Amino acid sequence: MEPATELDHNHQLSLRELPYIIRWREDRCKRCGRCTAVCPVKAIESAVKVQRIVYSEGFVPTPTVTRKIVHVIEQIADMGRYCTGCGTCTLVCPNEAIEPEFNPHNKFLHFKNRGGEGYKRGGRRNDPSISTLDRLKFTRISMLTDPALDAGRHEFRVRTLLGRILPPEELPLKRINGKLMVDKESGKFIPPVREIFPIMIGSMSVGALSPPMWEGLAMGVAYLNEVEGLPVVMCTGEGGVPPRLLKSRYLKYFILQIASGYFGWDEIVHAIPEMVEDPAAIEIKYGQGAKPGDGGLLMAQKVLKLIASIRGVPQFVDLASPPTHQTKYSIEEAVAKMIQSMSMTWGFRVPVYPKISGTKTARAVLNNLARNPYAAALSIDGEDGGTGAAYNVSLDKMGHPIASNIRECYLDLVRQGKQNELPLIAAGGIAKKGNLAANAAALIMLGASAVSVGKYIMQATANCFGDEYNRCNLCNTGKCPRGITTQDPKLYRRLDSDKVAERLVEVFKTANVELKKIFAPMGRSTELPIGMSDGLSVDDKAISERLEISYAC
Amino acid sequence: MCRLAAITSKEYFSPLENILALETMKEGHDGSGLGLTLKDLDGEFQDLKGYPILSGICSKNGAKTLDELMDKAGFKLVHVWIPKIKHVKGVIPRDHYFARVYDYPRSYRDKSKREKEDLLMNTRLSLRKIGEPDESIFAFSFYPDVITLKEVGDPLQLAEFFGLDQVDLRARIIFAQGRQNTNYAIYLYACHPFFIQGYCSMTNGENTAFVPIREFLMSRKFPGYIGYNSDSEVFTHILHYTVRQLELPLTYYKDVITPLKESEIESREDRESLKLLKQSLRPLCIDGPNVVIGFTPEGTCFMVHDSKKLRPGVVGGVKGKFALMSEECGLDNAIPKRDKSKDIFPMKYDMVMVQPGAEEVQVWSQLQN
Repeated sequence: MEPATELDHNHQLSLRELPYIIRWREDRCKRCGRCTAVCPVKAIESAVKVQRIVYSEGFVPTPTVTRKIVHVIEQIADMGRYCTGCGTCTLVCPNEAIEPEFNPHNKFLHFKNRGGEGYKRGGRRNDPSISTLDRLKFTRISMLTDPALDAGRHEFRVRTLLGRILPPEELPLKRINGKLMVDKESGKFIPPVREIFPIMIGSMSVGALSPPMWEGLAMGVAYLNEVEGLPVVMCTGEGGVPPRLLKSRYLKYFILQIASGYFGWDEIVHAIPEMVEDPAAIEIKYGQGAKPGDGGLLMAQKVLKLIASIRGVPQFVDLASPPTHQTKYSIEEAVAKMIQSMSMTWGFRVPVYPKISGTKTARAVLNNLARNPYAAALSIDGEDGGTGAAYNVSLDKMGHPIASNIRECYLDLVRQGKQNELPLIAAGGIAKKGNLAANAAALIMLGASAVSVGKYIMQATANCFGDEYNRCNLCNTGKCPRGITTQDPKLYRRLDSDKVAERLVEVFKTANVELKKIFAPMGRSTELPIGMSDGLSVDDKAISERLEISYAC
Repeated sequence: MCRLAAITSKEYFSPLENILALETMKEGHDGSGLGLTLKDLDGEFQDLKGYPILSGICSKNGAKTLDELMDKAGFKLVHVWIPKIKHVKGVIPRDHYFARVYDYPRSYRDKSKREKEDLLMNTRLSLRKIGEPDESIFAFSFYPDVITLKEVGDPLQLAEFFGLDQVDLRARIIFAQGRQNTNYAIYLYACHPFFIQGYCSMTNGENTAFVPIREFLMSRKFPGYIGYNSDSEVFTHILHYTVRQLELPLTYYKDVITPLKESEIESREDRESLKLLKQSLRPLCIDGPNVVIGFTPEGTCFMVHDSKKLRPGVVGGVKGKFALMSEECGLDNAIPKRDKSKDIFPMKYDMVMVQPGAEEVQVWSQLQN
């Protein structure tokens, strides 16, 4: 007897198990086939079906049955080809006949482990709820006692400092005729410091990003600096830098990242003699908020010729960066040595700082760096940070929220009197709901000197589909339908680098205006309001206590 | 918004002059308090210039505690000045208002000026700590040749209350503030002028950068950087930190609280050090509308504005007597016979200074080399 399982499809999934269900309208569809051609995961396909039609003509009911061959678009109920909800089909459909719909009842994670492989994806933590950052309000409004400033008329200095800052007591100054001069004979090391816009572009590598995406961001950054006068800096991520950029004068707008795989660093080091500018800074990546404790991974399918040459590796091999730097034995000596070696490479002219993932142990790292005179900053990447590839479990469950992490670190520095010496860079989940300036300002008032933002930049400049309902999030597969995180020319030719650059400029110009719109009513204009915690409130007592800010409802 | 009246003169003068000037500016203060700081004293203090004067208020119980503490610390009472209190409607008198002149403890008589200053400040802080919870002792200043008077009420009424029109209390530098209470409770320690180790300042306006500045100052671990019942107290402490602790020339106070832009710094001869100072003292950059009037231990009086000059101020006078006021009507009252065309309205880059003796007014600009 034939097993019942085959007869009733008992072991197959129903569409209800899938995260997105395709809504296809037969009456609108002209069967052009664009949707099936464009679907990055082949979740839909055209099918030929026999349709039984009962019809009746005339005054007296005379039901007649006919059978017709029809062409339909069908969704595949297969976890290997699940609809990611990206909506590329909707974009290309000429008649608005198709769109994916989020299915809140899905059991996606129950089944996305076929073959004993954990679910890997790109994007960030799938939590669409309102984050702490979005709950913070700016409540200290200057009113009649101290008139608010005018964001459009007054002069604002929305700048921050990146680099180790000497305490005033240690400045090598001497008095000559009533004026203070730098005492060059003192031999005192004066660390390099950059004045930058307080919103930085987070580390996204060449390789993780497609050539037009990376190029678009780089062009936008150069334009912002050279034309708009906004000193925006961008971190390269691990994976090297295009050789032409290394030797160009625009290198000064880029932070070079070195991570545990050291990809691209052979090429960078060899280019040093030909560099005409120093990079903005060096970021040593020890951790990433999206996947704490995990190394980087660039899948083989993304390692094409250009990437292989920039990174100095063969084509089509998985490029895994180890979870930790292999030379790292302890923070006291190995990290200090790495900071010092990188500083020495550029003659101590470039700030060098580590980046860690948000963690309860951040203060231990911080206190160590506070004692290291060469550590230029500490970047902390919270749990809502994005990635190009990680296990879902790491993305969703590992890491520490950025708000309380940055706050406790800042207050720790205040206790030591070093809040102005070691800048804190906050990252992870900034502008998750699109509130770039507000989230950045809130973190600054909690104590961050600058913020770093990546995912939002992809969304805002290149229309990345990804969101916290697990939409798309295909970055790891090399099949990015927008052409942002792919090395496939057929996909990335969809992306226009000029448009990315234009959008980037718009994003930062807007953020600059919006930051002023936040600072002006609070009466702040001359210096970034770092640690101005009296400006913030939250409608949750527990959060207010944890962040040591006021409660307002 | 408070009203400020500072006068510096070659000759001794009465604080009534400041108070009458405040009276002309009455539209701007609501009588919620008066603060008076007198430096370089005349009369009964003439021969006591080397001895520190403890100014404050205390209750009957507080007086006992105060005596015990001062005895224990080894201070010897040399002279006591008590204002002749006249009961005035609207002013609730406290038990004792005093300016007590002490001699240093024997072990301190040969110590350096800095060590003596630290002793005086720490003693004042001890008194504050003991007396603040039950308000039994308020100690405003403890320093040679300086007296501070503070009370809640209308300035003119308070002048009558303290009998300032009757007594022979005169000085060469007098600062007065008519308090407009805004967002803080009426509290004596919130009343300007603020004083620490010879440095004094008063402000009108609102310091929107208060919290980061307070955190920075408090984290210097200097015992005197406490209080902050008013956001303006930080201006005094920044002055003290800049000039006394960091030993920077006075004009750098302006560069610290309102640093120049990068492009502007380039025009300065001391650009390299200025850049470093701007970075290292970034948390001390003030914001919001403020005019600050202050004096140093040497007796230099000055006026500076916030970086946008959101609060005005005027300096004018005659050779031998100059006034630094928040309003011109106050100046007209204090020194009517002057050449008004020479009045100085400091601009946002300026620091206006009058040296002891009030010979002339100096205007220093951040942009000048």
